Amino acid sequence: MAAYIAKRLIAAIPVLLGLSLIVFLIMAMIPGDPATAILGSYATPENVARLNRSLGLDKPLPQQYVIWLGNLLQGDFGRSYALNRPVLDEILERFSATLILAGTSLVLCSVFGLLAGIVSAVRQFGWVDRIVTFFVLIGISIPSFFLGLLFILFFAVQLRVLPASGMYAIYGGGDLPDLLRHLVLPATTLAVVATGVVARLTRTAMLEVLRQDYIRTARAKGLSERKVIYRHALKAAMVSIVPVIGLQAGFVLGGAVYIETVFQWPGIGAMLVKAISTRDILLVQGGVLFVAAAYVFVNLIADVIQAMLDPRLKA
Amino acid sequence: MSTPVVQAASEQERGGRRPTAWRLLMNNRLAAAGFFVLATIIVVALLAPILPLHDPNVTSPADRLLPVFSEGHPLGTDHLGRDVLARLVWGTRVSLVVGVSAALLAAFTGSLIGLVAGYMGGRADNLMMRGIDMLMAFPYILLALAIVAVLGPGLLNALYAIAVVNIPFFARNVRGITLGLSHREFVDAARLSGKSHLSIVLTEILPNVLPVIVITMSTTVGWMILETAGLSFLGLGAQPPQADLGSMLGQGRSLLFTAPMISVIPGVMVFLIVMSINLFGDGIRDVLDPRLRAGTLSRPMAVTRLDRKEVPELDETARRSALAVRELETGFEGVDGIEMAVKRVSFTLRTGECLGLVGESGSGKSVTALSLLRLVASPPGTITGGAVAIGGRDVFALPEAEIASLRGGKMAYIFQDPLTTLHPLFTIGEQIAEAVRAHQPVSRRKAHEKAVELLRSVRIPDPEQRAKSYPHQLSGGQRQRVGIAMALANDPDIIVADEPTTALDVTVQAEILQLLQVLRRERGLALLFITHDFGVVAEICDRVAVMRHGEIVEEGETRDVLGSPRHPYTRRLIACVPRPGQGSAFLDAIRAMPAETEGAGIA
Amino acid sequence: MRHSADAISVTNLTKTFGGEWSLFGGRSHEIRAVRNVTLALKHGETLAIVGESGSGKSTLARMVVGLEVPTSGEMRIVGKDAAALRAEGPRAFGRVIQYVFQDPVASLNPRKTVGAILDTPLQLLKGYDQRRRRARAMQLLDAVQMPSDTLERYPHEFSGGQAQRIAIARALAAEPRILVLDEPVSALDVSVQAQVLLLLQDLRQEFDLSYLFISHDLAVVESISDRVAVMFFGEVVEVGAAEQLFRSPEHEYTKQLIASAPRLGTALEGSTRS
Repeated sequence: MAAYIAKRLIAAIPVLLGLSLIVFLIMAMIPGDPATAILGSYATPENVARLNRSLGLDKPLPQQYVIWLGNLLQGDFGRSYALNRPVLDEILERFSATLILAGTSLVLCSVFGLLAGIVSAVRQFGWVDRIVTFFVLIGISIPSFFLGLLFILFFAVQLRVLPASGMYAIYGGGDLPDLLRHLVLPATTLAVVATGVVARLTRTAMLEVLRQDYIRTARAKGLSERKVIYRHALKAAMVSIVPVIGLQAGFVLGGAVYIETVFQWPGIGAMLVKAISTRDILLVQGGVLFVAAAYVFVNLIADVIQAMLDPRLKA
Repeated sequence: MSTPVVQAASEQERGGRRPTAWRLLMNNRLAAAGFFVLATIIVVALLAPILPLHDPNVTSPADRLLPVFSEGHPLGTDHLGRDVLARLVWGTRVSLVVGVSAALLAAFTGSLIGLVAGYMGGRADNLMMRGIDMLMAFPYILLALAIVAVLGPGLLNALYAIAVVNIPFFARNVRGITLGLSHREFVDAARLSGKSHLSIVLTEILPNVLPVIVITMSTTVGWMILETAGLSFLGLGAQPPQADLGSMLGQGRSLLFTAPMISVIPGVMVFLIVMSINLFGDGIRDVLDPRLRAGTLSRPMAVTRLDRKEVPELDETARRSALAVRELETGFEGVDGIEMAVKRVSFTLRTGECLGLVGESGSGKSVTALSLLRLVASPPGTITGGAVAIGGRDVFALPEAEIASLRGGKMAYIFQDPLTTLHPLFTIGEQIAEAVRAHQPVSRRKAHEKAVELLRSVRIPDPEQRAKSYPHQLSGGQRQRVGIAMALANDPDIIVADEPTTALDVTVQAEILQLLQVLRRERGLALLFITHDFGVVAEICDRVAVMRHGEIVEEGETRDVLGSPRHPYTRRLIACVPRPGQGSAFLDAIRAMPAETEGAGIA
Repeated sequence: MRHSADAISVTNLTKTFGGEWSLFGGRSHEIRAVRNVTLALKHGETLAIVGESGSGKSTLARMVVGLEVPTSGEMRIVGKDAAALRAEGPRAFGRVIQYVFQDPVASLNPRKTVGAILDTPLQLLKGYDQRRRRARAMQLLDAVQMPSDTLERYPHEFSGGQAQRIAIARALAAEPRILVLDEPVSALDVSVQAQVLLLLQDLRQEFDLSYLFISHDLAVVESISDRVAVMFFGEVVEVGAAEQLFRSPEHEYTKQLIASAPRLGTALEGSTRS
């Protein structure tokens, strides 16, 4: 197993390099002079020239990439001129907020998605299955930002039971219960779509596995139906469910952009939206790279779990 | 000689009795509902220029924030006094156009990449798919944001961004199918027929891939509309004065507490569009996906459905033999009622005897074997009549729990292809031990020891080590030995072997048959042996029953049935088996055989 | 002159799979599917290649029709060097040699009518005009004993045996000199199998063909072939006239193979023949 994990870690290196290359090329595609774009049109020519030098923009593209990558590896993500502070500081400060939100959502969607999917498959065409199918359909069809607004209207404005925005109360907050109270609405909103996707896939995967010849063998051995479903079928189904949960990490990390905007959650998503509208390119670059790297890491974990389930994948 | 020997397949199939795809789609009530909602929205959006609506962009400060159902403004007005209904209709139009364009763009580009990568294979495939993996390594929306960040906010840029982000879904799906198809024999055949690579991709592969593209499109177009709306909501898509549903929602958000309807109305609209697309899309998927169409994605029950009209009396022989089957009837439920696969089949298996059940494909021999312990997948399988007696008791009268204790207990099964019939994710030791523990109250360790012992008894070398192997690490012959070991786990009286050597090479087959023969003698097992091969029957069966079209046409001592078959079907079947030493005389004998009469049903 | 040349002759033919360097990671495992095979198919004869799974018999067949390129060795088809044939373009092979696949259903595109399937070689390899193609397609169906309304139908409407007849008709459409038959009856029920074998034997006379017949079934091979080559792990271990080889096999593996085949006779030996 250790050898497999090492192999996957090594295989992640080219992926990360590829990510950095794409992000770099995207920046290089910005029409006009990047330094002007970064500093804004009111920048003095000296400042523009200095930035060009420090970013190595006077050199050919491949060399620029190497310089940029070298800076990244030393922790230098550049400086946000709009915020007047190093990009890395801003990202690190906001990243934990995003992790709390996205992480909670990922746990919620995995637990509820799996449960709903399994029950739905086992009781196929029963009333539980119908109810699950109905909610899944609504879940995957409703825009998360709209659902967030509805939640605010209902729970914060109508019922006044939960706060409408922010991560902590402005006065007297700051402890864990306060954080949890603020977390309920955004995390639930973010989890709804992903739960629908996981539930749907779990149901299909279970039904597909239950049709396999080896399930018939399990029954022919005289195993109880419980063992057939929860030991034989579920294990085989998990092999195809785990990577989908990995994919959901991407959906919640990306979807955080909307949710953080709607609930004014101080995470990277909200930061990115603001940075894009102020054309704070270095901040966008750093933020995208950071979140993407986190996603690669989550998928790596999913890969390892999958290989633990299926010995054929280790080969 | 030149008269067609074979009548064309059933006539009804051509006569238009088969429901069309569209009819199937409309039979699905949810899909039909989705379609009508979607069609209504599209028609209204298309007619926007000629509908009696206000100009969506004309502001009128005097009429600011009129509530819903105001006169002249059925959905009220926004903070600039613009008519919400007009803006909704025009916004819907924009959202639909952008979403559908993005879907088409992504479908075209992604499918092209998938087709080329899947067909070419090798380096080109590797390179393209690595690129696609790179795109997928970004969280879904993030890449779209990065692209918009570079191109600048705007509806067209949002469209490009969403299309790019969705390309991988098409590329991966299409590549997977194409890869499978390009190794199919019909592609090789087309090459030998003189077709160029381009022509093969376009005329042989594309028609087979098209359903997948349509399915992927129907499942992603909803997201794409959602995501474009999302970008607009964040202010990165449609720019004022142009408005789509997302930007209406985004602008309305600042008035959430004072005038919630301004954001709720476009939100509901997005929801309606996406939901109707998803419903319709699911319907399309159900119709196009062959697995779903065949109804194979329904959960098989623990035991086959039992719907006996009458229960035959068990005679004296039936009560005293190891296994007796009387008037067994099994069918499969379809759209046009039940189709019978086993018709009033009766036979008796005496203690320690080997009975061969032989027949061609579709003769119902395997269904008969599986019916004995209600293992036919159900739905659609149903046992509609007859009785099965094991040790004198009617199996079909037993509760489920007792059937489970018979399975692998008193009677065990060996299946055809051990690669698919063994669980790929458990070691063979675990799988055998599990069979032991299902019937015997022993510890885990004890069960494992028993498993090793069983592996040794089926002559697997180094059984302690082998028990830790997974099925894929064994050869075909060894896997089938594992299947046999598992069947022996609880010292059964009867073993049902369903074509246990068909997937194996002849030399391995000979070894497995010999093993079965030895075990049978040692343990005094009764063996029901299902096969299509008369040679195998001759080697190991004491008696044989010949099946055709779900019925037993002849039964008797193997020597008698093979040596002097009475039924013309048996005679014909045996004459059709070439024998060693017969040489070219075989074909002369076939030529001399009377032509098949219609309805003999051999072809 | 025509009869003096061999239909196919291969010398020291070898095919190796894998062994390339991949983008990341090391060299993939190398498999030598066919090793130094030397064989000749005489004009007008049926040469059977017998072997179990993994013996390399199908790889050999695919090389002979140009679907795989040999790693080394020489190959002559109707007297012409295969490399020269390949240089003439992708259609050169198909005009002299055609292939019949094991799984008849998989070898017919499910989305094309039988008419369209038969039309392709007639148009691309023979260059006939539409009227002649149609007439020829009817003749071919007649030759494989299928009704003429077959043309408008789709492959899924036919049984395995019928589909194999259609596949044979397609192979014959190119008017080749040689047919490579890769387990053509293995997927069929016995009664259908016998009819298709009979058909193949008649067609060989009628169209003056040479057959390379790949099979794992010794009894089938014995009934149709003139000579037999036994393959074992990529090598030909024994070649000989069919009758001779089955009566007195020389190689150990051939003996084992013959002894393993289940035979109908076992049960009859003790029985009283009437």
